[in-house]
Amino acid sequence: MWSKWEIRGMKKAVSELLLIENTQLNHDNFRLVLQSETELPQMVPGQFVNVQIRQATEIFLRRPFSVMDTDVKNRTFSLLVKILGRGSKVLTTCQPGEKISVILPLGKGFTMPSTTDKVLLVGGGSGVAPMLFLARACGLNPDQVHVLLGARTQADHIDVRLYQPFGKFYYTTENGSLGEKGFVTNHTVYKSKLADFDRVYACGPGPMMKAVAADAATAGVFCEVSLENMMACGFGVCLCCVEKTLSGNKCVCTEGPVFNINELTWQN
Amino acid sequence: MAELAVKIKDLRLKNPVLTASGTCGFGEEIADFVDLRALGGVVMKGTTLKPREGNDYPRMAETASGMLNAVGLQNKGVNNFVKNIYPNIKAISTNFIVNVNGSTVEEYVELTEIINELDQIPAIELNISCPNVKEGGMAFGVSCASAERVVKAVRKVYGKTLIVKLSPNVTDIAEIARAVESEGADSVSLVNTFLGMAIDAKTRKPVLSTVTGGLSGPAIKPIALRMVWQVYHAVTIPVIGMGGIMNATDAVEFILAGATAVQVGTAMFIDPTVPASIIEGIDHYLDANQYRSVNEIIGSLQI
Repeated sequence: MWSKWEIRGMKKAVSELLLIENTQLNHDNFRLVLQSETELPQMVPGQFVNVQIRQATEIFLRRPFSVMDTDVKNRTFSLLVKILGRGSKVLTTCQPGEKISVILPLGKGFTMPSTTDKVLLVGGGSGVAPMLFLARACGLNPDQVHVLLGARTQADHIDVRLYQPFGKFYYTTENGSLGEKGFVTNHTVYKSKLADFDRVYACGPGPMMKAVAADAATAGVFCEVSLENMMACGFGVCLCCVEKTLSGNKCVCTEGPVFNINELTWQN
Repeated sequence: MAELAVKIKDLRLKNPVLTASGTCGFGEEIADFVDLRALGGVVMKGTTLKPREGNDYPRMAETASGMLNAVGLQNKGVNNFVKNIYPNIKAISTNFIVNVNGSTVEEYVELTEIINELDQIPAIELNISCPNVKEGGMAFGVSCASAERVVKAVRKVYGKTLIVKLSPNVTDIAEIARAVESEGADSVSLVNTFLGMAIDAKTRKPVLSTVTGGLSGPAIKPIALRMVWQVYHAVTIPVIGMGGIMNATDAVEFILAGATAVQVGTAMFIDPTVPASIIEGIDHYLDANQYRSVNEIIGSLQI
């Protein structure tokens, strides 16, 4: 990390951003769009920001959210906020016009595919956000990008129409109300054709990512996952969000959140 | 502009605000947010003789106005510090203070001897108060006899400024402070975290992998203030106060209670730019109350 002392490109900052949009996407998901007065730092899929929940004194720490998309020209980026607890709940009640304190940009993003790669993006829960960003920003033709999204029911899926031009989308639900019935790992595109992909990217609940990682390892496919371990700071000083890797404990916030599955100890 | 410089024995701080160990890495991690040269000093992440992996995840739990941590001194060891970190920081003009940890008296001494060779490290903070390690750490800081033993041994090999970081998990912190003063400590810093725990009622399990951890943040501030005040009246060496300082007013309260300098810890996680506004806020407080120097208000609590 010290070699970067002189050559660091992206400076991190604590920024007061303007909330310009808060759209409810389904019963527990909201899209928040934040705008910076000054130029936004470049952010890539897999990176995240740490948001202060100011209105609630009982919420002490910031809450990390993966970036769902950026719009450099308008100096905005969006977050997918799923109500999971008190912090996310308060955040979804914020109104356009409010200022929100955000630390950004944080973490290392996904490794971009090469131009000829066929990729599978697997998302569940809040993990859908970086997958949509990746689908748009990976630079591949839509026929090379396959996006598999899982949720409990149709009502738990969000509308992803905006992203459909960037790839082929597949869905699973546990009750079969949208797409194929079951988990993402039960889907036809996944089960029968995993080895056809050059790269698999996954973000979502731990059990989902572990299942995808195990299958990708068996199939010998390059696979990156984005972890969401609990953290206090987001920039590598509290050392609370560590994940065990083959080279020791690593901070998810600075050495991740994206990890190649070969670095992790999930297989053991 | 009031005079903000203070002295901890031979250690001159350009202002009384330091960042606390375990909340600012080795300086590099916060350099995007704060000009390190503007700080009174940086107390770096707890360092041990050998590398330590720390405790298992989860290591953190948010609590009412605070948090618990159970990191367990994860660090790459002193050799890594000397080889890979020190060369990069030695040219930066601030006080880089090494937080020294050990499982045995011998380890504390050996580590201190290595740090003593580094010209640009003007002080160490002897950590006899880490609540998250199985051996050493807090065990040394909870009895006068063991605290005396480790301070005496380290004092023999260390001529620069020796700060001893005290645990609040004791019956009488003033007694421990007097004990380390009697063995030659130049300063005491307090408080380290309070031993606490968090439980998930849904799963009926502890939140932390280690069951217990160290509580920090505004939740502990009133207790920390009381302890700083007690210790200030028990010793003649300078006291460095910490415990839940979130802003300049909190910092001023610690100074009024008797702290010569303060450390900002958990607040760094929420706003790593906060040391700059705390320094500015102390200056405003002094100006507004017509003090020429911060030294005039140390321990000036009106009772």
